[in-house]
Amino acid sequence: MTFIYKSAAEMANALASKEISAVDLANEHFDRIESVDTDVHAFLYLDKEGALEQAKNVDAKRAAGEKLSPLAGVPLALKDVMAQRGIPTTCGSKILEGWRPPYDATVVTRLKDAGIVILGKTNMDEFAMGSSTENSAYGPTHNPWDLTRIPGGSGGGSSASLAAFEAPLAIGTDTGGSIRQPAAVTGTVGVKPTYGAVSRYGLVAFSSSLDQAGPCARTVLDAAMLHEVIAGHDKKDSSSINAPVPQVVAAAKKLDVKGMKIGVVKELGGEGFQKGVSERFNEALEELVKAGAEIVEVSCPNFEYALAAYYLIAPSEASSNLARFDSMRYGLRVGDDGSRGAEEVMSLTRQAGFGKEVKRRIILGTYALSSGYYDAYYGSAQRVRTLIMRDYEAAFAKADVLVSPTAPTTAFKIGEKANDPVAMYLNDIATIPVNMAGIGGMSLPCGLAPEDNLPVGFQIMSPAMKDDLMYQVGGTLEAALNSKWGSTLMSQAPALGAK
Amino acid sequence: MAAISRDEVAHLARLARIEMSSEELDHLASELDQILHAVDRVQEAAKDNVPPTSHPLPLKNVTRPDVVVASLSPQDALSGAPASDEQRFKVPQILGDAE
Amino acid sequence: MALNYDGVIEKYEPTLGLEVHVELNTNTKMFCGCSTEFGAEPNTQTCPVCLGLPGSLPVVNEVAIESAIKIGLALNCSIAPFSRFARKNYFYPDMPKDFQISQYDEPICVNGFLDVEIDIDEGTKSFRVEIERVHMEEDTGKSLHVGGATGRIHGAEYSLLDYNRAGIPLMEIVTKMIPGTEKYAPQVARAYVTELRDILRSLGVSDVKMEQGSLRCDANVSLSPRGSGKLGTRSETKNVNSLRSVERAIHGEMIRQGNLLENGERIIQETRHFLEESGETRPGRSKETAEDYRYFQEPDLVPVAPEASWIEEIRATLPERPSVRRKRLQAEWAVPDKEMTAMINAELLDTVEATVKLGADPTKARTWWLGEISRVANEKEVEATSLMNPAQVAEVIGLVASGELTDKLARQVVEGVIAGEGSPREVIEKRGLKVVSDDSALMAAIEAAISSQPDTAQRVRDGNIPAAGALIGAVMKATGGQADAARVRELLLNHLGQGA
Repeated sequence: MTFIYKSAAEMANALASKEISAVDLANEHFDRIESVDTDVHAFLYLDKEGALEQAKNVDAKRAAGEKLSPLAGVPLALKDVMAQRGIPTTCGSKILEGWRPPYDATVVTRLKDAGIVILGKTNMDEFAMGSSTENSAYGPTHNPWDLTRIPGGSGGGSSASLAAFEAPLAIGTDTGGSIRQPAAVTGTVGVKPTYGAVSRYGLVAFSSSLDQAGPCARTVLDAAMLHEVIAGHDKKDSSSINAPVPQVVAAAKKLDVKGMKIGVVKELGGEGFQKGVSERFNEALEELVKAGAEIVEVSCPNFEYALAAYYLIAPSEASSNLARFDSMRYGLRVGDDGSRGAEEVMSLTRQAGFGKEVKRRIILGTYALSSGYYDAYYGSAQRVRTLIMRDYEAAFAKADVLVSPTAPTTAFKIGEKANDPVAMYLNDIATIPVNMAGIGGMSLPCGLAPEDNLPVGFQIMSPAMKDDLMYQVGGTLEAALNSKWGSTLMSQAPALGAK
Repeated sequence: MAAISRDEVAHLARLARIEMSSEELDHLASELDQILHAVDRVQEAAKDNVPPTSHPLPLKNVTRPDVVVASLSPQDALSGAPASDEQRFKVPQILGDAE
Repeated sequence: MALNYDGVIEKYEPTLGLEVHVELNTNTKMFCGCSTEFGAEPNTQTCPVCLGLPGSLPVVNEVAIESAIKIGLALNCSIAPFSRFARKNYFYPDMPKDFQISQYDEPICVNGFLDVEIDIDEGTKSFRVEIERVHMEEDTGKSLHVGGATGRIHGAEYSLLDYNRAGIPLMEIVTKMIPGTEKYAPQVARAYVTELRDILRSLGVSDVKMEQGSLRCDANVSLSPRGSGKLGTRSETKNVNSLRSVERAIHGEMIRQGNLLENGERIIQETRHFLEESGETRPGRSKETAEDYRYFQEPDLVPVAPEASWIEEIRATLPERPSVRRKRLQAEWAVPDKEMTAMINAELLDTVEATVKLGADPTKARTWWLGEISRVANEKEVEATSLMNPAQVAEVIGLVASGELTDKLARQVVEGVIAGEGSPREVIEKRGLKVVSDDSALMAAIEAAISSQPDTAQRVRDGNIPAAGALIGAVMKATGGQADAARVRELLLNHLGQGA
């Protein structure tokens, strides 16, 4: 019997009761990766040696009766945007090919300390810029539900690894939806915690004021367990929240929403949303009503400007964050033949090392910050940010959590939107406001769209520092849907690698 | 606003230190035009009486004590260097003056 | 016919602007815990943060903020209740992130001033230099240019980078435009930088060593034709690395600009480099396009909002301004100008003051430190303060005052202390250096001297007082120099009937 189809919590129990060793569990996952990842391409790098070493240590400690963290020995897939000492970290970019960081991200340190077994690094849109993982310099990742479709992005590798049962847990990062939208289109769970809940130290920055790492899993409880491992104050990150982490595991187990007010955001739905997406979303709302919640409609009129503001703020910050990739200290260097000066070598390296989308955003950000345009673009975008925060404030005065579909559509075909950046950006319309305000957001599966039989994501948004609320509602909804369906959605996923 | 010229894109590419071919410049100019057209609307919403928000958290005064912690070994520091010499990063000749 | 300095001044009015960068002497860098120790092996004081490695994040050094506030208060600035860091974006290999974390429109200190005095023929003249801002930023790495002319950027084949200096806290102190200095412009600039350096040193926030680059000055100067009322185009001269150079650079730049204007040429707004050897400036490499730094708030850092109570606490601990203190001490100690200058130049003012505070007479304290102790220090090529401490010197002075030591004996005590024989008391003990104050013992020696030189004794009795010197010398010799010569003289003269 294999353990790979189990949830992380179940794996943790099996490990605790010594039904399986951490080494065997890691090997089962490596076998699975070997058989399916040629098709899925979720991973950019496998660290078999490091993973088995960690698994062996956990087994030894368990044998010695040491007290272990709940997830000790459970495997995990790490988005390639997180620095891990000695392990190639590319961010899906040619410019970082071969770079092995001499340090660990705080998230990685916490994973290691918890005995979690890091299998390898997952594919992503280059520097997390994208919604399809097609912008990886190392080729796209395929959606395990339909290999001709995108797994979402930027964290498509992490979400696909979960949906393909290559790993029960993954780390994602979410700047405008890069955890939640991939979760939505792969039928998995993804959580963007409150900004500052998880340290950004070692997360290669895309947009510093928006970036946030978070847990990805196949169940709400698994995500909550991982959340508690990685969250918490970090002195190395000035924007880290110095307060106790909300009790998200307890919240995920509550299975009770009686008396809670659930706000449906009027502006995040309806026109522009696929019919099947809206249908499954509304059915899920009914389940929440049955569980005792009250549905209220809220309006956030300024959300219509969120996308535009996001596509100014994120590229602006990115243009500065990505300046350091200049070939002087690490990464790719192109054109250094002894005749060229440093300036020219920098320009040639950046031309060769960055992909199209990254260049597009760097130039856009450079424009938005340049003198004469700053006020009109970057300045205005920051004012819109204030308006979005005010909208949330008003909405949270009426509801405990807010909900919407996570993405307007199910997974689209690889290549379908590759040449239309503006159409591609629309994917993030429902996820972006959360990042702009720094609040918490979760996506969990709420069924398959009837027209294409592909997963639909249900987004829950909770006020800043109250991440437990989305886990409480998410856990309850997940249980209600599983009991309605008689199984988990993931159990309906097509088999892979039948070779 | 919008309407970004090819020359402007070339100027931005120089500022951003990205070499660009003529085709790249043309292509990007038309794409940026579209994108700017789409993002221009922030200006309608952003009234002067709305203060800008640069950061989602209202934190302030986050500092660390002035206590030395271990540095990287020079081997680690230089581990990613495309070229090094004499325990220093080796880079092509620097033509401009420092700031 | 080229204009000389006086010719330039006759036709043009200079306006100055000074930007001083000072490296703080914190233990660690501005945004990470790497050491700031000067002179370490290359790239041994670096970490992911100051190397700008992907994923790293800055955290502000609390002492750097405190130092910035101290500097602001000492320069009569307002301390901003809310201030932020910004990114200054430009590419340069010695800057690991290709942006510098600095402050832009929200600096920590604004609107101060510093009054400086210069010596002129008619006495001294005071100028007020207004300070626009003091802001915090980080230093860059250091490059070594290899090939071509050694160490020069031009013609080098490649460069080698050491990032030990990258991230060291820098304070940038910027003056407003300084008009009205007239022909004194170079002197005012020098006096300002000197006074600023002394203040920074007294605050203990920086080593202020221009030769090591911990204090650097960029001097802006422009000329406007007299009576035109229009400000001229300014140049900015960098690399001005000594107080003397500040004066020379401005002097030279005024002559250069004056002659250009005289020939009907335009002044280009540019960066120039000071050439130590010739006292002239050369243009920096001009950039194809004007830099656009695309400043925006540093999203990885949160605002600095110092509590008013903390600012007041810091204000209460500020030392007296060095120039005020010097004047006060000079008056209190009644020191002539020349000696005062000597004491300041020898950097012994603090030491002398400490000695005086321990009860020593100011003149004696000064004389010991600048005299005997400095002499030995010069011989040994060490700091005077490494030879003795104020307490030891004060003790020696006290022993002389109480008559326990003669000046001559005191010199031997000092010699012993310097030789490491212990405290003054211990040296006295070990060397047996006691003034013979027992009159009967002295009388015995006097009697002996008289009987061995009866003729001399007779001459004294006859009123030839100076002849007593030979007898006193004999007594002193007999007592091994440990007698108080004045007392010997008194006893001797009494004995020979010549007492007062």
